[in-house]
Amino acid sequence: MRRFNLFYYIKQGFHGAGSHGFMTFASIGIMACCLLIMGSFSLLAINLEHNLAALMAENEFLAYVDDSYDDQTAQTLESEITAIENVASCTFISREEALANYVGELEDTSLYADVPASALRARFSVQVHDIEQLQATLDEVEAIEGVVKINAALDVADGFVTMRNVMVIIALVMVVILIIVSFFIISNAIKLATSSREREIAIMKMVGATNSFVRWPFVVEGLILGLGSSLVAMLAQWGVYQLLVEAVSVYSHVQLINIIPFEALASTVAIAFCGIGLFVGVLGSVTTIRKFLLV
Amino acid sequence: MIQFTNVKKTYDSNLTEALHDVSFVIEDGEFVFLVGPSGSGKSTILKLITAEERITSGGILVGDFDLGKLKKRKVPYLRRTLGIVFQDFRLIENRTVRGNLEFVMRVVNTSNKVIKERIPYVLDLVGLSDKADCYPNELSGGEQQRVAIARALVNNPSTIIADEPTGNLDPERSYELMCLLEKINQLGTTILIVTHERDLVNCFNKRVITIDNGYVTSDMENGLYDYETI
Repeated sequence: MRRFNLFYYIKQGFHGAGSHGFMTFASIGIMACCLLIMGSFSLLAINLEHNLAALMAENEFLAYVDDSYDDQTAQTLESEITAIENVASCTFISREEALANYVGELEDTSLYADVPASALRARFSVQVHDIEQLQATLDEVEAIEGVVKINAALDVADGFVTMRNVMVIIALVMVVILIIVSFFIISNAIKLATSSREREIAIMKMVGATNSFVRWPFVVEGLILGLGSSLVAMLAQWGVYQLLVEAVSVYSHVQLINIIPFEALASTVAIAFCGIGLFVGVLGSVTTIRKFLLV
Repeated sequence: MIQFTNVKKTYDSNLTEALHDVSFVIEDGEFVFLVGPSGSGKSTILKLITAEERITSGGILVGDFDLGKLKKRKVPYLRRTLGIVFQDFRLIENRTVRGNLEFVMRVVNTSNKVIKERIPYVLDLVGLSDKADCYPNELSGGEQQRVAIARALVNNPSTIIADEPTGNLDPERSYELMCLLEKINQLGTTILIVTHERDLVNCFNKRVITIDNGYVTSDMENGLYDYETI
C-alpha cells in the first residue's frame, strides 16, 4: 500500500464517518451499549468465578483413620494422601484435636467433659485443587490402607461446579448474541454510507479502481466506529464497575463477596473491547461493501 | 484496437439473445459512431467492452486484453485504458470540477505531482480552465458534459467511449461537444460514440457502425445514420 494512498484511505474513512454524523453517533452508542452489556456479563462471570474459586478452595473433606492406628502410625498416611495428584493440602488432626474442635463449637461443653478422646478417630483434613475431580480423589484416598471412612460434601461441590458451568454458558451466549447484534449495527451504518456514495463507487469502478481501493476507506470507517465504541464502552464499564464496587462495599462487613478491583481487569477489558470492536467494525464494513464491488 | 469476432451475448436473466455473431474492428486512432434503435444491442456492446458483462461466445480484444479470458482482478486495468462518458454526466456533486478530476486520478494511484500537472492541461483542452473551482450544479449541461469528457481524458486512456453524450444537450452544445471529441481524436485517442443524433452523425462524416436487433447491419467509412432504410 503506497503511503499517500494510506493517508487518502484514512482521510476518506474519517470523512465518511463525519458526513453521517448522526448514524455514526448512533452506531457508536448502540455498539458501546452492546459492549457494555457484554463486558458486564463477563466481569460478573469473572467475579463469580473468583469467589467460587475461593469458596471451592475452602471445600475440604475428612479422611478418618482406622481405630487401631495410634497417632504416630496414622501420620504416616499423610505422605500417601499428599501423593495423590489432585490433593492440594493435607492436615493431620489427632483424636484430642478432633475432640477439642468438636467441643469448642458447642455452647455447653460440660456434657462432653468426661468423653475420652479415644471415642473419636484420628483424621486428615484434605483440600483439593480441582473440585470437579473430587469423586475420583475420594476414591483414591479411600483406597489407601488405614483410611476407613470419608466425609465429603459432594452435593455442595457439585453445586459449585454446576453454578460455574451455567454461568460460563450464559456469559458465552450473551457475548455471541451481542457480537452478532453489533455486527448488524455496524453493517447498517456502513450500508448507509455506501448507498449514499453509490455513485462515487460506480465511478471509481468504471475508471479502474481496484476492489481494495474502494474497500479501504470503508474499512477505515468501520475501524473508527469499532474503536470509538470500544473507548466509550471502556469508560462506561469503568464507571458502572466502580458504582458496583461501592454498592458492595456498603455490605463489606459481611465479607461474603470479594470484588476484583477494576484496575486489575482494566487491561484485559480494554484489549477485549478493542479487539471485538475492531473485529466487528471491519467485518461489518467488508461484508457490506462486497455487493457494491460487483460492477 | 477493439476487435469483436463472432460475438454472441445471451442474458442469463431472461435468455434474451442481445447480440448475434457481431464482428468489427476499430483500429487505434479511429473515430466511430455506433448507431441503432433502442434495444438494438448498442449498450450491450459497450458493457462488453468495459467488462461489465461477459460474452456468451466469440471473442473480444481491447488493446492487449482478451476479454474472453480476462480474469476478474484484471478488469480494473482494462478500464484504465478506457475513458467513459455517460449521457447523464455522472459527476460527483459535492466535489469541484478539479475535485472530480483529481478523484479519478487518485483511483489509479497517480502521484500528486502528475495530478497537479495533468488537470490544468485537460481543463484547458476542454475549455474549462476558468471553471476548475466550480461545483457541477454551477455549470450548464454542456459544461458538465465537458467536465465528464475531461474526466474520461484525465487518466490518458487510449480509447474514449461515449454513451449518448449529447442526449441531454441542445443541438448547438451537441455540435460543440462533437467538435471537442474530434479534436481529442486528432490528438491520437480512439473515439467510439453511441448516439441517436442523426443530424450530428451525418454532419461529421465519420465511420458509422449500425446495429439492429443484435446484428451489425452496416459498417461504412464516412457513413450516414440511416438505419431505417436498411
